[in-house]
This record gives sequence, C-alpha cells and structure tokens, in this order.
Amino acid sequence: MKFAIVVHGAPYASGSSWSALHFARAVIRSGHEIYRVFFYHDAVYTASALMAPPQDELDVHGQWVDLSKQHTVELVVCIASSLRRGMLDETEADRYEKPGHNLDDAFVISGLGQLIDAGLNADRLVTFGA
Amino acid sequence: MKKLMFVQTHAPHGSLFGQEGLDAILMGTAFAECTVLLLADGIFQLLDGQTPAALGTRDYSVTYGALKDYGVSTIYCSASDLATRGLVPSDLTVDVTPVDDDRIKALFAEHDVIFSA
Amino acid sequence: MILHTVNKSPFTTRALAECLRFIVPGDSILLLEDGVYAASKSGPTALIDVDTPVYAIKADVDARGLSRHLVDTVQVVDYDGFVRLCTDHDVIKNWS
Repeated sequence: MKFAIVVHGAPYASGSSWSALHFARAVIRSGHEIYRVFFYHDAVYTASALMAPPQDELDVHGQWVDLSKQHTVELVVCIASSLRRGMLDETEADRYEKPGHNLDDAFVISGLGQLIDAGLNADRLVTFGA
Repeated sequence: MKKLMFVQTHAPHGSLFGQEGLDAILMGTAFAECTVLLLADGIFQLLDGQTPAALGTRDYSVTYGALKDYGVSTIYCSASDLATRGLVPSDLTVDVTPVDDDRIKALFAEHDVIFSA
Repeated sequence: MILHTVNKSPFTTRALAECLRFIVPGDSILLLEDGVYAASKSGPTALIDVDTPVYAIKADVDARGLSRHLVDTVQVVDYDGFVRLCTDHDVIKNWS
C-alpha cells in the first residue's frame, strides 16, 4: 500500500513529528511505500537546517533527513505555511530579500496541491495532529 | 475519483488552523469533489460580524461563501455543537446545513479521505 | 471502517469526547502521545462501547509509566501494529 503522511505539529511543541517519524519507519519496515510526507501548519519548522539539539536529546530534524536519504522519501513543506513562519529555501529567500535561508535540502517547498494529490493517490492518508 | 472530506474544528484568529484549513479546502476543490464539515469550535469560523482589524488577522469567513462556486454545494455543521454554543444558523455569515451526529457518521462513511484541521 | 486516532489527553481536551460521538460498528480507536492517558483505569474508557476495539501505542504508554495502570480491554500495539490497523481500516481520522 501507498501511505501519505501529514504532519501538523511543530517538532518540539507537539509529539506529532516524532510519532509520524516512527510511523513512517514502520510503513517501510512493513513493506509498504510512503507516497509523500506533507508538513503543514507549524510542522514546517521541522525543515530547519539550523536545529542543534543536545546530543542526548531527540534530533527530530536529523531523523527525518536520515529517513528521507535512506529510503528516498519525499518530504514536502507547504509553501504558504513556510513563508509565514520564516522557513525559506534559497529561491524564496532571494525572492523576498531575506538575509538567509534555512530549509534543509532534504525538504522541498511546494503547494497544497501536493497535499491533495497525496490524498487522492495514496491508499491511506494518516494525519498526525498538532 | 475519490471523495474528500475536510473537517474544521478550530475557532478563528487564535491560531492559523482555520485559515490554513480553508486554504486546503480551496485547493481540494480544484481536484475533486469536496465536503466541508464544521465541528466544535470550527463553527465559530462562520460567526457573522467578525471584525479582526485591530488584531491584524484576516476575516476569511466570507471565503466560505465562495465555496459554492467551487462545487461545495453544502457546508455542514454539527447541529448539537451549534446549539451548545448558543447559536442558530442565522448567526452565521454563510448558509450552513446543521446535521445530527448520525448524519455526520454517514458523511464520514461516504468519503475516501478525511482531512482534519 | 474508520481508524480514529486520538493524541490528546482526555483530561485537557475534548478530542476523545468528540471522537466518541461518531464511532460506528467496525471502527477502532488508536490512542497515541498524550491520548494514551485515556487508556488508564482512571480515564474515561468506560465511555467507550465495549465493542469498539481500543489500541494504545506501546512507546507512548511506557514513556508515561502507564503500563501498570491500563484498562484490560485496551490492546497495546507497536508502530508496526499501527500500520496494520491502517491497512485493516478504510480511512484514518485524527482527533486532536
């Protein structure tokens, strides 16, 4: 089966990102496919390349990046949510003349069409609420 | 083609869940048949007379009125949640169809994907 | 058939109460994160129809020290079990 995973919560304000990560690993372990992971609302903060948690604490961002690279999982952050919250890739930072960009390469900024597409084309859509 | 359902449960202005949830609904209408259900505090998104100018947030309730132009012929809300909040349909800025919990159960069963916000 | 996921404590939000209004035969409930507090003997699981299967994520139960306090009818599952529940149900609905 193809799974779409939707994450709503900010990485440390909510358990949703961590739960979604564990779920994503279980999807792959169970022999299923992840169609897309879509980060919406405050979950877009997960994409920050600037997170530097203590070594003995959860590395939510790092774990998502590892999952994405190990299993070629598409991680999408909603562009509207991202711009509002200051999560920018280099293109958007240039466009809005911001002093820097912070989106890790493992994440792609895209529109809500990717969320709807995931709902339509995956066999199951699982939301991890904030 | 799958039928998509969007459930709104957050009040407006205290967070962006409602406004961003509505953005998802609008995008959904471009792809597929969509159903909109307001539950719990989501009903407050349609309360008439919102004047958020001093807050700086947006009164996006009017956008719900445009949904019919995008194929959403009915906006459902929970009849009991409306009553619990001391409201009647005429208190809302857009026509809604209040439904009981049994009808909401049936709505859930009729859809292939449920987006929650 | 719907798998309803609840990730908030029943003592602080109405997420579980809202969910319970709309359960029909064939549906199941999965408790995760702070939602697992609903599975404790002091929680409102008595409100859940005995015919509705209720599951709780083991990692969340153990993290919160709840394993000794769980209602017998709640089935503890790991994330592989969560995935299986998703394949066994048609739709997954989150209550948050």
